[in-house]
Amino acid sequence: MDRCAAHTASVQRRVYLDQASAAPWHPAALAAHGQVAAQLFADPSRRHAGGRAARDLLEQARAAVAGELGAAPERLVFTSGGTEAIHLAVRGAAAANRTRQPRIVSAAVEHSAVLSAADDAGADHVRVAVDGDGRVDLDQLEAALAAGALLVNVQHANHEVGTLQPLDEVAALCRSADALLHVDACQTAGRLPVGFDRLGADFVTLSGAKFGGGRGVGALAWSPRARFAPLVTGDEREHRRRAGLENAPGIAAMAEALLQQAASSGTGPAAAEAARADRLRRRLRESLSAAVDDLEVHGHPEETLPHLVAVSALYVDGEALVGELDRAGFAVHSGSSCASTSGEPSHVLVAMGALTHGHVRASFGPDVGEADLDAFVDALATAVGALRARSRAH
Amino acid sequence: MIPRVDRLASVDDAPPPTLVDALGKACPVPVIDLAKAVARLTAGAEVIVLADDPGAKVDIPVWCRMKGHRLLAVEPADRGWEFRVQRSG
Repeated sequence: MDRCAAHTASVQRRVYLDQASAAPWHPAALAAHGQVAAQLFADPSRRHAGGRAARDLLEQARAAVAGELGAAPERLVFTSGGTEAIHLAVRGAAAANRTRQPRIVSAAVEHSAVLSAADDAGADHVRVAVDGDGRVDLDQLEAALAAGALLVNVQHANHEVGTLQPLDEVAALCRSADALLHVDACQTAGRLPVGFDRLGADFVTLSGAKFGGGRGVGALAWSPRARFAPLVTGDEREHRRRAGLENAPGIAAMAEALLQQAASSGTGPAAAEAARADRLRRRLRESLSAAVDDLEVHGHPEETLPHLVAVSALYVDGEALVGELDRAGFAVHSGSSCASTSGEPSHVLVAMGALTHGHVRASFGPDVGEADLDAFVDALATAVGALRARSRAH
Repeated sequence: MIPRVDRLASVDDAPPPTLVDALGKACPVPVIDLAKAVARLTAGAEVIVLADDPGAKVDIPVWCRMKGHRLLAVEPADRGWEFRVQRSG
C-alpha cells in the first residue's frame, strides 16, 4: 500500500457489515480469553492444582453453554468450531446409527459444511427443495422421510439470505418418521433463543465466531435419544467424544459471550439488539429497493435474521461489487463467485431460484446505526451504477 | 449451432430469432448480452441465448421474470443450455 492509500485507509470510517462471516470479539470474551490463557494453561485432565483449576473452569463454561441451549451439561462437547461440530453431528450420527435406514435428508440451502459432511457420511444423501424465500418444502420433506432416514439437517437460519426455517413443523415430521434432527444454529446462537425445546432438535451445533465468542471454538449438544460416534480419537477427554487438549481460553471466551448476551432468556442484551437490528433491517430493505433499480431482495421478509439483508443487483459481478464497496469503506460478503475459477454459483441462491450474480450480503452488529446504513445504501447505488456503466461501455 | 439458426430462419415467415452466443462467458455477461439483444427487438420478437455458465441457468429465467419478458423454452444444448426468450410489449 502506498503512503497516500494508507493514510486514506486510516482516516476513512470503515463500516463492518460482515458479522455473519466473523463477528468482532465481545469485549468480555476477549478479556476472558486473555485471563484464561495467562492463568489456566494447565491440562484440565491432570490432578495437580493447575489442572483442577482448568477443569473447574471448563465445567463452568460447559454449564453456561449448555444452559443457553437448555441442554444437560453432560450432553455437550466442545469442538474447534462450527465446522467440526457439524461434522461430528452428521458423520458421528451416521456412524453410530448403522441399524437405521442409511439415509440423510438435508435442506438444499444448508451450509456447505453440512452438505459436505452428509455427502461423506457413508449414507444416501437426499436434498430437499426450498421455496423462493429459502424455506424448506415441508411436503417434499415428508415425502423424503416416508422412506426412512437416520438424520435430517435443517438449519435454524440461512447464512446467505437470513431466512429462518419452520422448525416446529420440521421437528414434528422428524418425530413421526423417527428420524434425528440436526439444527445448525451457527447463525443464531448468541443472537436469538436457541433452546432445545424451541428448536425441537436432537443435535444443535454452534460456532463462537458468529456471535463474538472468539475463534476456533464451537460446540455440539444433543438430546437424550441422540447417539454419535467420535471422529477424533486418542484420549479420554470429553468423555471420549473428542480427543485433544481442550482450548480452555477459547471455550471460556465463547461461554462468556453467551452469558453476556443471554439470547435464550429473551430479555437480555441480545433481545434488545435483535429488536434494534430488526428495525434497521426493515428500513434497509426498503431503502435499497428504492435506491437501486433492478434489485432483488432475498429471503423471507419477516421470518429472518434481524441483522442481515441480502440482495442481488442485475448486470453486476458480485465480487466486483465487494471490491467497490470495500474501497468506499464497507465490508460485505458476496455469494456470487463469477470471476473465480470455480465459477459455481451459490447453491443457496440456485436452490431459491434467485439471481445468482450481483449478490451482496450485509450483516451488522451494535456498532452500526441508521446513518451507517444510509451511507451504505448510497455507496451501493453508486457502485452498482458505476459497474453497470462499465459493462454498457463494452 | 449455425445450422440450427438457418433451420429456425426457414420455419415460417416470422423474422428469424436473434442469436446471442454467450458460450464461455461468465455471469453476469450472458444476462447483459441478452438484455442488449432484447432492447433491440420489437414486441413479440424472439431471441435465442446459448450459455454454459452455471449461473445463467438460474439467472436468465429470473431476468425474464424481473423484466416481464416470456421465457418460451429452456433446452439442454451440446454445451450448456439454449434459452428462447420473447420480448413482451
